[in-house]
Amino acid sequence: MMSSLNWYKYSSPATFYGLAGKAIPWFYGAAALFCVAGLYIGFFLAPTDFQQSEAYRIIFIHVPAAWMSMFIYIVMAFWAALGLAFNTRLSFMMASALAPTGAMLTFVALWTGALWGKPTWGTWWVWDARLTSELILFFLYLGFMALQAAIDDPRRADRAGALIALVGVVNVPIIYFSVRWWNTLHQGASVSFSKAPSMATIMLVGMLVMALAAWMYAIAAALSRVRSIILERERNSQWVAQMVEAEA
Amino acid sequence: MNTLQIVLVLLRRELTLAMRRRGDVLTVLFFFVIVASLFPLGVGPDPKLLRLMGGGVVWVAALLAAMLSLGRMFASDYADGTLEQMVLTPTPPVVWITGKMLAHWLVSGVPLILVAPVLGVQFGLSSEALGVLVFSLLLGTPVLSLIGAIGAALTLGLRGGGVLVSLLVLPLYIPVLIFGAGAVDGAMSGLGSEAHLSLLGGILILAFMLTPWAVSAALRISME
Repeated sequence: MMSSLNWYKYSSPATFYGLAGKAIPWFYGAAALFCVAGLYIGFFLAPTDFQQSEAYRIIFIHVPAAWMSMFIYIVMAFWAALGLAFNTRLSFMMASALAPTGAMLTFVALWTGALWGKPTWGTWWVWDARLTSELILFFLYLGFMALQAAIDDPRRADRAGALIALVGVVNVPIIYFSVRWWNTLHQGASVSFSKAPSMATIMLVGMLVMALAAWMYAIAAALSRVRSIILERERNSQWVAQMVEAEA
Repeated sequence: MNTLQIVLVLLRRELTLAMRRRGDVLTVLFFFVIVASLFPLGVGPDPKLLRLMGGGVVWVAALLAAMLSLGRMFASDYADGTLEQMVLTPTPPVVWITGKMLAHWLVSGVPLILVAPVLGVQFGLSSEALGVLVFSLLLGTPVLSLIGAIGAALTLGLRGGGVLVSLLVLPLYIPVLIFGAGAVDGAMSGLGSEAHLSLLGGILILAFMLTPWAVSAALRISME
């Protein structure tokens, strides 16, 4: 019965540590599986684009990374809000475990975007609304991580990071729309995704499969990182000592 | 004392403190002037180019100057224990935090607004654009103090707090920069600046409503 299931059991770092350890191989496995399938679709099944030739294939990395970079920020803010509301340590740990993965994917999205832009647009970088807001998202991730790194007291680091994540998530739509408007007023969107020809189904499938791979990878990476954070924070607790003893 | 009186007393205190340390206010002001003067030296003296960049350069300089003065907002009160006493008073933190943010704007924002037209003239802005520049700064610089207060409160007493504040706060300043510089641009190009100024006003109202709560939460986090 659902109601008798104790969801709070896994909000304790000690029990979650074990659960995450069991779940990680599955998520990594799923990520590998989706990645192989997605790359196969992307490189062998998807046809060559008649306008962009082979260079377009980088979207199979680029678009999933961009999607996940935004999604992870929202998830991070969700954990931060949960932590501030219910005062659960594990929520804060999840938020700080997600940040490096999110920043990495943001960077990948920017980098692959530049690699795609060179052959397609003829330039590594344009101050397009999407590119600029992705860059600002990268700055927001960096700010979150820098703030947490600067505070020695874990309790304060957790809460300060959570607050800045929430402030950031309130600002993200404002930033996005202001950048978009700035761009259209200044130069008019010279290049945009909306002008591109609609995508072949097989390309879309490949992209979605790769997005699933990125999602599974992000979960697995965040869970492994949260396990490290748990161990680091709870190193003086009894259960960690017992676990180390049992493994020795 | 009612709420308004508390804010007024706090304002008087902050302004007196600022008058006793006039150097701090002037440093920020000269920083603003110097940053804006560096741009022509960097990009060349072409009047056409400078006229195009003028609004944006003054705005970027204002952003940096506002950020530079954020450290003063809570740091000295935190160091001598005044901030702790303020937290302990029965007055809701939102009230005196609003007063402090207002004082910060009066001390660090208003001087920038007063000097900005001179810089605008140096960049060759038209008289209409100068008016818009001043008005956009009038609407925009309070937002810089309001949002900046969150960063200042979160980094209270941290090592390397100054650099950290810039990393936290500058990305959040971007909409203000876009609409502020955009308003000046609109006035220069004849497209009109009402839309930009309205949005800037909207951001000001939103920030005025929300940031005191965020700062109060941030101070609680930093001082427990």
